[in-house]
Amino acid sequence: MAEMSARALARFEAMAAAARRRRRLEAALPWLVILGMFGLWEFVVVAFGIAEFVLPAPHDIVRAIIKWWQPLMQDSLTTLYSTLAGFGLAILGGVLLGIAIGSSAMVYKGLYPVLIAFNSIPKVAVVPILIIWFGIGIWPPIITAFLISFFPIVVNVATGIATVEPELKDVLRALGARPRDIIVKVGLPRAMPFFFASLKIAVTVAFVGAIIAESVAPNAGIGRLMMVASSRFDVPLVFAGLVVTGFMGIVLYWIAEFIERRTTGWATRGQNQNLATGG
Amino acid sequence: MRPFVEIDRVAMRYGGVDGTLALQDCSLCVYEGEFVAVVGPSGCGKSTLMRLVSGLWPATEGNVIVDGREVAGPVNIVGMAFQSPTLLPWRRILENVMLPLEVTPQHRHRLRSERAAYEARARELLRLVGLEGFERKYPYQLSGGMQQRTSLCRALIHEPKLLMLDEPFSALDVFTREELWEVMQDLWLARKPTVILVTHDLREAVFLADRVLVMSARPGRIIAERRVDFPRPRTLETTYSPEFQQLAADLRRYIAAARTGEEVSL
Ligand SMILES: Nc1ncnc2c1ncn2[C@@H]1O[C@H](COP(=O)(O)OP(=O)(O)OP(=O)(O)O)[C@@H](O)[C@H]1O
Ligand SMILES: [Mg+2]
Repeated sequence: MAEMSARALARFEAMAAAARRRRRLEAALPWLVILGMFGLWEFVVVAFGIAEFVLPAPHDIVRAIIKWWQPLMQDSLTTLYSTLAGFGLAILGGVLLGIAIGSSAMVYKGLYPVLIAFNSIPKVAVVPILIIWFGIGIWPPIITAFLISFFPIVVNVATGIATVEPELKDVLRALGARPRDIIVKVGLPRAMPFFFASLKIAVTVAFVGAIIAESVAPNAGIGRLMMVASSRFDVPLVFAGLVVTGFMGIVLYWIAEFIERRTTGWATRGQNQNLATGG
Repeated sequence: MRPFVEIDRVAMRYGGVDGTLALQDCSLCVYEGEFVAVVGPSGCGKSTLMRLVSGLWPATEGNVIVDGREVAGPVNIVGMAFQSPTLLPWRRILENVMLPLEVTPQHRHRLRSERAAYEARARELLRLVGLEGFERKYPYQLSGGMQQRTSLCRALIHEPKLLMLDEPFSALDVFTREELWEVMQDLWLARKPTVILVTHDLREAVFLADRVLVMSARPGRIIAERRVDFPRPRTLETTYSPEFQQLAADLRRYIAAARTGEEVSL
């Protein structure tokens, strides 16, 4: 009996240890992939003797980052600022419009085709118009970031609200709930996971929008830095800009994901334990 | 006893002139404090009937009178439960049960000042259905049967005069279902609301109801009714008695006939 339970205990220990190892590996995996990618890159550039102005090796990029860290820093902060400003506006407008579209079939029918058409327009094409209206300055990147990240938020919030189960609506309506009650008590909380899923997309595309505008209307920011660098054939600096941009994108994504997990754990808990713990 | 729900030659057509005719010439009367079960072939308009009584949809023809007043919109004295528990996954069990108090016009203004009393009432209901100790759990932490019990509590928390149950037990296994019949009977005996229960399970209908109404195939109308006079509280033993079996068999014949459209003799 004692021997049995000892054996069972050992087996349990072994299983727990295996699970811990797997979790550690999962946490380290992204870093290993990134390291491996840069390693391969370094190897290919050195082995085939690729010229620096075609494809700089990672160590050239690191050198460029160290050399130009001050302008890189300043321009990243400018871009970050425009991105977050546009993104904030997109959240505000997106949530309001999403609620309107999700809760009213009339608004949906009227606005959806317009929104689709609008979303199909490449935002690069809009930047020159923005320059005519606002001049070269801080506004074109902010507005481009807003325009590009607005759509996913609207669609997701609207979907969350529009897909409330009819039975649940019946329960509340039979109690004398007003349409506003249904949106506040059920629609909005239900839309939250959709909303946060869209934030993760929106925050990364907002970045893209801001940088596009900065490259078309070079005033400040990482987009302008890369334009200037490429016009001087300083390819390592261009890549340095790309690396910094990618890094900022990941950080913003992480922040969005962190907030998502803290606020809408109920959406993943219970269905997929791994999502909540292992993530 | 006074009539509480009166339906007089009601017709219901979905989606315009050429739409589906779900109910036609449907009349029934449910008395105050009575427990009525409605059975009938699938798609005959039972859920439609529930929507008309609770005022969620207007009838195409005819009158619906609830509690002495003609129904023109949501009647807001109703509690409802459906086949799926439809709980809110982001709310704890206690908060789910208390949801109706936040929206019904009679209670929403008093909720803040009398929160403690309302909460005690919710805990008492949860205790009655055997969910004591689960108040602070989330729905996903409960089994399907426990979620359905929660849904029943939510339907009862505002002490509705009328309870509408649309196949509330049909997604459960036989044992849980029979257990919940007894729970349902206790809940009803404690306060005697008027209940309309839609079900596919004839034993369930006979066990719970004072009267069983049988509907025809679509367009639905009431084609037969049987009184059930077994004394209360009924137990599962009751369901094995010959009289009980006979009654269930009779109802089964009515429904078989209704499906083929034959006339049934009472
Ligand atoms: N919202 C709706 N729009 C259009 N037609 C509907 C709608 N709801 C129900 N119907 C139609 O009305 C008829 C009756 O439907 P209902 O849901 O009332 O049947 P039921 O008796 O509850 O069926 P079941 O026993 O399968 O639940 C069906 O033919 C259905 O197609
Ligand atoms: Mg139905």
